[in-house]
Amino acid sequence: MIDVKHLTKWYGRVLAVDDISFQVEKGSIVGFLGPNGAGKSTTLKILTCYIPATSGKVTIAGFDVLGESLEVRRNIGYMPEAVPLYPEMRVNELLMFRAALRDIPRPERQAAVDRVAERCWLSRPENMMRRRVGELSRGYKQRVGLAEAMLHNPPVLVLDEPTIGLDPNQIRAMRELIQQLGEDHTIILSSHILAEVEQTCNHIIVIAGGRLVADGTPEELRKKVLGPSQVLAELKGAEPAELVAAVKALDGIRGVTDRRVGGWTRLLIECDGKSDRRSEVHRLVGEKGWQLRELRHTVGSLEDFFVQVTYEQNMQAAQRLAQ
Amino acid sequence: MGKILTLARRELTAYFFSPIAYIIGAGFLLLAAGWFFINIRIGGEASLRPLFDGMAVIMVLAVPLLTMGLLSREFDRGTIETLMTSPITDTEVILGKFVGVMAFYVALLATTLTFLGLMVAYGRPDPGVALAGYLGMVLLGAAYVSVGIFASTLTRHQIVSAIVAIAILALFVVVMGLVVRLGVRPWADLANHLNAMRYFRDFSRGVLDSRGLIYFVSATGLFLFLSVKTLESRRWR
Repeated sequence: MIDVKHLTKWYGRVLAVDDISFQVEKGSIVGFLGPNGAGKSTTLKILTCYIPATSGKVTIAGFDVLGESLEVRRNIGYMPEAVPLYPEMRVNELLMFRAALRDIPRPERQAAVDRVAERCWLSRPENMMRRRVGELSRGYKQRVGLAEAMLHNPPVLVLDEPTIGLDPNQIRAMRELIQQLGEDHTIILSSHILAEVEQTCNHIIVIAGGRLVADGTPEELRKKVLGPSQVLAELKGAEPAELVAAVKALDGIRGVTDRRVGGWTRLLIECDGKSDRRSEVHRLVGEKGWQLRELRHTVGSLEDFFVQVTYEQNMQAAQRLAQ
Repeated sequence: MGKILTLARRELTAYFFSPIAYIIGAGFLLLAAGWFFINIRIGGEASLRPLFDGMAVIMVLAVPLLTMGLLSREFDRGTIETLMTSPITDTEVILGKFVGVMAFYVALLATTLTFLGLMVAYGRPDPGVALAGYLGMVLLGAAYVSVGIFASTLTRHQIVSAIVAIAILALFVVVMGLVVRLGVRPWADLANHLNAMRYFRDFSRGVLDSRGLIYFVSATGLFLFLSVKTLESRRWR
């Protein structure tokens, strides 16, 4: 559905996007992940025909963004990061205006507007559609922006930081909405909030310093995390120093750090290789008659992967800029 | 065509919603009315010519103030991004803005019919002159507006856009006339051909000269074309 080949973008003498290539299958929800300034927004703006690439080829739904720009734009619904809207217009007015620009025939316009308003939770409270956009809170503005993008039921939705600035309730609502939409649209969204991306997306692309550093499903990426596996335990029954010493004495333990949490001690236990030492810890607790209330094994998290993979790139990018 | 009208309608409603448009309109009418009354003499000729000539000059200030936000505000607020990622061409964007502003301009012009009404009540102005004069105002307005739109595509700062537009209009409306009067050839001849007031004066006198028509229509076309190109060029940066 989205095919990007050797995309490069120079802003003057700054290389914002450095030869990235990726493909997005129809129907997937792609998370475009990266630190701030990595080139995510730039890439998305190229996809939506807002800015031109310096070199490379991008096709969306089979149309080239440079040569068949109008067709591409007909097939895309775009929500920019800033969610720019006309503050003096009422919500209904704005959506009707956008529907007209989207070639939705006049008799069908209000129905289309009502449909997206319903889906984006804009129809309640009752007077929402009559309020001026300038008066709305950030969360509602983003819903209007999303509704706008969905009006013409495009096969592809491009969302630039859709949950930024939202409170946890709104983030959850947005996440659910995106998951629902993923059932009949191809979605590419950008974010630097890992938890979001991990939960909603089935395909993750990581970009840092303008370069593509990872491309795969969340499981695939998690497997690539380098570093020891960890066991997390919360114990009670002796002084932290004694707890730490006893656990360190076990087989296959590389290191232990402790932290007090209320009356309990939380231990972060690093294990050799990828071994899972939970049963050893459990047995130890039983022998010593201590209390245990949490025992967890964490393989690398996506966050670890993200940090590992972007740190290198950021350093390199900084060096390149300094030259 | 439909999209142009959609954009125009949005622009027009935005004008009627914003206080700025009313203030500029009121300011224009104040100056025009003042000028109108200064030029009325009891027993004098019921001529609308000074009114039209005066309005042509006042518009040099009023039109840029009306058009300064057209593209500049879109750039500044970022709404240009949603506009340019919608399936409309740059030409449709510019023409939509143009039609929208012209509708407001014509509405503003229509309010000056009160002056005509006063003339008719106390004298017998020539209807042909009045008609030609208003036609000239519309053509002039179209040219002014297209200059204003062009200036607006250049920058995100409305003030700069207004100043650039005023400068360009002042060049063609006032400066050219001065150069003609200085009489230095060949500059005076060139200036004579580019002098907007010279062509407009035909209209305000009631003469429909094709040269004036061509001048204003070409100017409108030129600056609208330049506006489209400037907008397009943003896609190439």
